[in-house]
Amino acid sequence: MLTDEEKSEIAEELAQAERREQACVEALLAVQKRRGWVSDENLAEIALLLGMTPAELDAVATFYSFVFRKPVGRHVITLCDSMVCWSLGLNPLYEHLKARMGITYGETTKDNRFTLLPASCMGACDRAPVMMIDNDLYGPVEPGAIEGILRKYT
Amino acid sequence: MERPLTKNIRPGQEPLSLVEYEQAGGYLALRKALTSMSPKDVQDAVKASGLRGRGGAGFPTGMKWSFVPLGEHAPKQKYFIVNADEMEPGTFKDRLLLEGDPNLLVEGVILAAYAIQADRAYIFLRQGYTLAAKRLRRAIAEAYAKNYLGKGILGTGYNLDLRLHTSAGRYICGEETALINALEGRRATPRAKPPFPQVSGLWGKPTVVNNVETVMNISPIIANGAEWFKSLSRSVDGGTKVYGVSGRVKRPGAWELPMGTTLRELIEERAGGMQEGFRLRGIIPGGASTDVLLPEHLDVKMDFDSVGKAGSRLGTGTAIVLDDHTCPVGFVHNLEQFFRRESCGWCTPCREGLAWIEQTLRAIESGAGEMSDLDMLAGQCRLLGPGNTFCALAPGAVEPLQSALKYFREDFVRHIKGKKCPWK
Repeated sequence: MLTDEEKSEIAEELAQAERREQACVEALLAVQKRRGWVSDENLAEIALLLGMTPAELDAVATFYSFVFRKPVGRHVITLCDSMVCWSLGLNPLYEHLKARMGITYGETTKDNRFTLLPASCMGACDRAPVMMIDNDLYGPVEPGAIEGILRKYT
Repeated sequence: MERPLTKNIRPGQEPLSLVEYEQAGGYLALRKALTSMSPKDVQDAVKASGLRGRGGAGFPTGMKWSFVPLGEHAPKQKYFIVNADEMEPGTFKDRLLLEGDPNLLVEGVILAAYAIQADRAYIFLRQGYTLAAKRLRRAIAEAYAKNYLGKGILGTGYNLDLRLHTSAGRYICGEETALINALEGRRATPRAKPPFPQVSGLWGKPTVVNNVETVMNISPIIANGAEWFKSLSRSVDGGTKVYGVSGRVKRPGAWELPMGTTLRELIEERAGGMQEGFRLRGIIPGGASTDVLLPEHLDVKMDFDSVGKAGSRLGTGTAIVLDDHTCPVGFVHNLEQFFRRESCGWCTPCREGLAWIEQTLRAIESGAGEMSDLDMLAGQCRLLGPGNTFCALAPGAVEPLQSALKYFREDFVRHIKGKKCPWK
């Protein structure tokens, strides 16, 4: 069940939208912001508020790389795997993170702390290689600096 | 040298507040336009400047606007949209502008919307630009508070609402008709053209979509005129350009310079040249979807026509350098992996062709390629070229591949004959 807080944030978005379905990405992200992801049950409830069928809303939700339809950890680490980051040290970074956390792309650590995902270009090629943790951008990231960065996310 | 787009940007500091922006001459252009110019006058000023779109395609902005039906028989509801969905690999110029001077963008939006008589505007911002989102929200709120947005702007009869939409991560949203579908709350697949958005865009209403850097040029053009704008440039295309260089150079970055600055000045002077021990092998001049150029092209001017004559495109003007320690096959494979992942899957050549290309390049890179693959890849470049797909994603995706096959053929052959990547 959506919380009252979630429903009221979605209502605010709906009030500003020209048509109800226009607010769908905002609504999905409003729920994801609080729960980390959007479950089938939540998706169906959001669809009802937007006047969409669950299938219509899911067609939008699954189209975007950053609407999560599966549970993620408390923090999401995304590594840019596009060309500039790739040529300036993505692989050592990825290998380091994999070894440090014991997970590969798409997986979550056992303590549910981190999920690791690849991402398309983050538009920070002058700082390559870059990674984001939740809303924070880091770059250029040396494998040796990772431990200190991860410590900020509990 | 004048830098109209970045003059207010203070690296490492907060952008100007609205009051500071006004003190620096901001919103004078809007005042001038709303009090002494008709929408048609604003269009004409932009047309006369010769401003060409900075999002990659280089279409003349004034002409793009002129297709919007105006007058009493035109649809009342019209839209102006800023394309801030910067996701092309190698491109980071709009991030600099959005984070650095959001007020200049908002003023440009109001001027452009006025020129096409739109009463609703959107900024479509990519996922992950969280700092830009925060700063844009503030600039928009301040503009509302001062009645640069809202009802009866500056005491005139002109009304405009501006909303920020933050997307959830998909490259195809940068394609203008896909962007429009995304804004409507649909799956962001491109639409067939015609009709073009200027006639039938958001919910079927006349709509103009312009790139961030394009929009940020509007206020300086209105304030200073077309002749001034042309005089900023070193080429036939007017104005300045925010250029960037990334890859193994000493000082990667983005700089506003006269349109027509050479690749050599960008790479050797601005970016400080290649890092010690690395040699330049190739350049992708304007983001991932442009043809590769070689060191012999360093003296090419970075403007639309000159880069075109050299066999590539200015694109977004943000160059990526390929160094001699990086495998060119791996480099192109990485690119095609991006395009394959980001293909929306709507039309068959792109969905199937890019997958085929990506898997073949993967095979060559891992030593499992065959000589016949090279002809097959060249054939795919033709099949995915202009005219065979709904949008420009696939034609853009094969540009760097077709030129890599031409310029780095030896490296492909070494992978295939040696059955391994020589760089590993």
